[in-house]
Amino acid sequence: MSIHETLGPHSKPPLTVDGPSISPLKQGKTVSTAAIGPWRLVAGKLVRQKVAMVAGAIILFLYLVGLFAEFLAPALPATSKPQYTYAPPQGISLFVTKPDGSTEFNLHVKGYKVEIDKAALRRTFVVDDNKVVPIGFFVKGPAYQLWGLIPMDRHLIGPISPSDPMYLLGTDRLGRDVFSRLVYGTRVSMSVGLVGVAMSLILGVVFGSISGFYGGWVDTLIQRIIEVISAMPTIPLWLGLAAAIPLTWSPVSVYFVITIIVSFLGWTSLAREVRGRFLALRSEDFVTAAKLDGSSEARLIFRHILPSLTSHILAVVTLAVPTMIVAETSLSFLGIGLKPPVVSWGVLLQDAQNIRTVATAPWLLIWPSLAVVVAVLSFNFFGDGLRDAADPYDN
Amino acid sequence: MLGYIFRRVLYMVPTLFGMSLISFMIIQLPPGDYLTSMIATMSDSGQAVDPAQIERLKQIYGFDDPFYLQYLKWMWGILSRGDFGWSFEWNQPVSGLIWARMGSTLVISLLSLLFVWIVALPIGIYSAVRRHSAGDHVFTFFGFIGLAVPNFILALALMYVAYKYLGLSVGGLNSPEYAEAPWSFAKVIDFLAHLWIPIIIIGASGTAALIRILRANLTDELHKPYVVTARAKGLPEYKVILKYPVRIALNPFVSAIGWVLPHLVSGVTITAIVLNLPTAGPLLFRALVSQDMYLAGSFILLLSALTLVGMLLSDLLLALLDPRIRFN
Amino acid sequence: MATLPDDVVLSVEDLCVDFRLRTHILHAVEKVSFQLKRGQTLCLVGESGSGKSVTARSLLQIVDRPGQIVGGRILLGDGETVTDIAALHPDSRTMRAIRGRRIGLIFQEPMSSLSPVHTIGSQIVEAIRLHSNMDKKVARERMIELLRHVEIPNAEKMADRYTFEFSGGMRQRAMIAMALAGDPDILIADEPTTALDVTTQAEILDLIKRLQVGRGMAMLLITHDMGVVAEVADEVAVMRFGRIVEHGPVDAIYHAAMHPYTRQLLASTVKLTHHAEARQPVSALSAEAPKPVLSVRNLGKTFGLAGNTTLRAVDNANFDLYPGENLGIVGESGSGKTTLGRLILRTVEPTTGTVLYRPKDGQEIDVTSLDKKELRGFHREVRLVFQDPFASLNPRMTVKDVIGDPLIVNGLAKGKALEDRVSELMRLVGLDPMGMERYPHAFSGGQRQRIGIARALALEPRIIIADEATSALDVSIRSQILDLLLDIRQRLNLSFIFISHDISVVRYFCDRVAVMHRGRIVELGGAEQICTAPQEAYTKSLISAVPNPDPRDKRMLHRQRFIAPANA
Repeated sequence: MSIHETLGPHSKPPLTVDGPSISPLKQGKTVSTAAIGPWRLVAGKLVRQKVAMVAGAIILFLYLVGLFAEFLAPALPATSKPQYTYAPPQGISLFVTKPDGSTEFNLHVKGYKVEIDKAALRRTFVVDDNKVVPIGFFVKGPAYQLWGLIPMDRHLIGPISPSDPMYLLGTDRLGRDVFSRLVYGTRVSMSVGLVGVAMSLILGVVFGSISGFYGGWVDTLIQRIIEVISAMPTIPLWLGLAAAIPLTWSPVSVYFVITIIVSFLGWTSLAREVRGRFLALRSEDFVTAAKLDGSSEARLIFRHILPSLTSHILAVVTLAVPTMIVAETSLSFLGIGLKPPVVSWGVLLQDAQNIRTVATAPWLLIWPSLAVVVAVLSFNFFGDGLRDAADPYDN
Repeated sequence: MLGYIFRRVLYMVPTLFGMSLISFMIIQLPPGDYLTSMIATMSDSGQAVDPAQIERLKQIYGFDDPFYLQYLKWMWGILSRGDFGWSFEWNQPVSGLIWARMGSTLVISLLSLLFVWIVALPIGIYSAVRRHSAGDHVFTFFGFIGLAVPNFILALALMYVAYKYLGLSVGGLNSPEYAEAPWSFAKVIDFLAHLWIPIIIIGASGTAALIRILRANLTDELHKPYVVTARAKGLPEYKVILKYPVRIALNPFVSAIGWVLPHLVSGVTITAIVLNLPTAGPLLFRALVSQDMYLAGSFILLLSALTLVGMLLSDLLLALLDPRIRFN
Repeated sequence: MATLPDDVVLSVEDLCVDFRLRTHILHAVEKVSFQLKRGQTLCLVGESGSGKSVTARSLLQIVDRPGQIVGGRILLGDGETVTDIAALHPDSRTMRAIRGRRIGLIFQEPMSSLSPVHTIGSQIVEAIRLHSNMDKKVARERMIELLRHVEIPNAEKMADRYTFEFSGGMRQRAMIAMALAGDPDILIADEPTTALDVTTQAEILDLIKRLQVGRGMAMLLITHDMGVVAEVADEVAVMRFGRIVEHGPVDAIYHAAMHPYTRQLLASTVKLTHHAEARQPVSALSAEAPKPVLSVRNLGKTFGLAGNTTLRAVDNANFDLYPGENLGIVGESGSGKTTLGRLILRTVEPTTGTVLYRPKDGQEIDVTSLDKKELRGFHREVRLVFQDPFASLNPRMTVKDVIGDPLIVNGLAKGKALEDRVSELMRLVGLDPMGMERYPHAFSGGQRQRIGIARALALEPRIIIADEATSALDVSIRSQILDLLLDIRQRLNLSFIFISHDISVVRYFCDRVAVMHRGRIVELGGAEQICTAPQEAYTKSLISAVPNPDPRDKRMLHRQRFIAPANA
């Protein structure tokens, strides 16, 4: 039986228009979203945000750099060449001018010469435009083991003669290549963010869900604990926790303890977010409906509540990563986080603590700082885009 | 209203208790204690160790006592006679060391908060009202930079710029010649001249965050029906916006003190270490590294208490601003 | 410049408003023309999305972006001169002088239309002083006078209160006082009573009408409710999809409508003032099964409030539900009708009383003493249909998952069998099974409500509790859903408990009706008897406040007021 038949003879609408009139601005495809799942809607919404997409590409790039650090870095991070201390960055040039005046393609960097600063009685390196150091791609360089497994000696870029100096971002106090160290630091710093956020996520989701779902005194207790932790200023707390790490511990244990410390303070905001969403969703009609359908509590949480939460959680997690990165960097910078021989952005910045050092070798401050800022910015932009796209049904 | 304040203050007590517990736990974390390492160092260097002195300290602070007893003794000292314990490194009572440092921390934090507000309020309103304008994009961009650059990097960068191009050394809160001098008009001027750098550094990320909050909230409020009502009365547009949506979007702005303040105190701590400011930061750092437990614990406790007071103030201000809270 | 006829204060000519969206331009208002006459009321009537509110806002140039007036004239007469509002800049001084001073505006939601952080009085004083040069003291006196005028008791005291301290009706009165502050000659009321209970609606409409006539204002009233139109309109313009499809004197519209849409709108409204024809008398069904399926005895729920006060949300409710019967529960907001429904299902635990359920085998089950597992069995046979068709369906599940979920959870079907059963259910509620892989957002409000009904039917229940199941729908969709439910009841031999604030819906759908007021069932009787010959004072006032969709028989003119006993 058709529904319209019940309306009686006069009411069958013989209307020509079937909606408000519309003038399309763009010709072409009008894809029906009727059967498109929520994740594809989120992705579609995200792709429309250009800034977020660029930020996402940068994040991906940074993780790839971290992943293939050994291959991308021309030198090993710990190799020091005392004959090149505080050597300034060289630029890459494409052509050389031959003695007869003609130019020829030859990928190279300029070499160094030594100048004596008579006033300070110091040796300083300057780039010598007359020295040509030919460089190339996929060159043989110092041997390494990719991911500690595969022995290799090819590097993406490097001087064609391994003994020649190529310091694209300059060198530090011990004559170590800042570029290579930065590449290795990317691995450590970016992964601290990831591991830290994973731990925060577990803590946050577990406590947030318990708090939001059960309510009552459990909720009150967890909320009070969160309140206390989030009211305490983070840096003094971080300092306190990090200072407790015994000096004798191995770099790997320190790395893990630092990620734990960093996530210990990061989980509270996640837990709050999860709890808030949980509370809101728990009183939604569709959850009540599922309950009346006979769903168990587990099914209610995993089939009905969590799927609505995941995209939001993902956004919050992305926005939490920069906090972790900054925390690691700050602690390492102060000398109570990661310590050499581990290389992280924060460890690199330790070399820039002294303002006089920075004045002689500004690249020690500039490049690691830039890495931190770019990473943090990218996570913020990407997380923001994700948050805006997180609810595909909200226009 | 009085009942509200009373309840709110009462509510702080368990939070404060939790904070003191965490502070104490943190300083108890490192293995060993200051006394043991001090005795070891002194014996190594052949100095005479006064066994009576050590015995006395052990007695007072009960290093052999269980955790909870040490905690209770420490708390009892603070509550009954304002005794925060003994600084082993400085060999004097903690209370003698902390107050001046806490005072300057408080001053810098409050000034930074003021700076944050003064800068964030007009920019936030502008950005929300002129959404997607060129100005909004510029502010948003700088806002993101402000959020992304960690305090200490900003401090280093400013120090570098000042040193390299202005020839200034920007550490501390006073020039060397005034450092030990008594307060005078000239010293105040010198103090203020030094102050702006740390305040900008500390305030940058808070300002950026508040601009974003205000912009988001105000954008929501701008489309509420009561704004249309105000417009339909015939109010000029600037009055419509300032009197109604801005007034209401101010609430999250005020309650933001609650979390901006811990943030600022954090910022003061690390910035002070880099710039060598005479605030709690450097001393706390040193105390932590040398396991001077009561000094470190007292600093952590007091810095936490400071943020708690800030939250209380923001709640009271909010109640004053919003009748819905006041009457509930 | 054009001149206007003497009695016309405002003339809209070929008004066009466009919304420039990301992918297309939406022509929200197209070539709309009408005139507002001194002392007369024009009702702009239409369903949601018809462009009626946008039209009203255009008159004050307060259409939200990206809306824009792109054509036509809005001529406002002022003695000799005529101003074209459409040509004014929205922020110009002339435009501002018209807002509030010449044209006053009343909104639908008095709560959100007034600032929550300013006192009622200060908001009105502001409006007064904006268009006059009174000092604060005089303006305050005038404000209190206005508050008295709109019949707010204790005007002096109430002026210093905030919106959240007012009841819904009082807020709307304050809003009216504010609209009158500039002493305008045109009043625009945009769904002024939609958010209010029916008795409050009657009082507010009555007040607005008296003020309009008394002050000789021209009024533009915007509503979706044909009953309200019949009560207050002199002229009617019917809007659909941005166009006025029919325009004329109220009597002609109601008794000689030309346009099919107007006729359809009226038919669905008028239909709800009668019994449904498809309905069978209860006795025919209950003769063989004289025992009720559900008996509610002394059911009560007390909520503890702040400050040691308690609220009796439901107080000693008693009723029986017979097989195949539709029992209506009507009441205004806060009467406890929704809580009563939840108590029966025990999603809210009752404080006192029992609910007896008789399954097919004839045994009696005391629902209030069931454990968790047994309660699940009860929920299989007694199902709930929700009010909000948007919130009650999980947006992240396909229609198949939504309708099939109860079958999966209870282990009744899976795989192909599940798909077949879902198809069958979708056909039963008038949906095309082809759409089962779609997500809820692809369906309209009425279709979503059908999905919700299909989910309720999936477990072959015996009783369905429908909580305001048609309130969120437009009137034409509403009657379709009601007919669907009647049809399903007959086919599947169901019983309904139909909870609603809308008396016409209950009258159409139900056999018996329980009237609730402040947590108590004040009257229980046959639907026809309750609606035509109510016995209790409260029921009388309630029934007499329902607007009648016939301008020749305005019911509210002789409605009865109910004054609650002080101790209630």
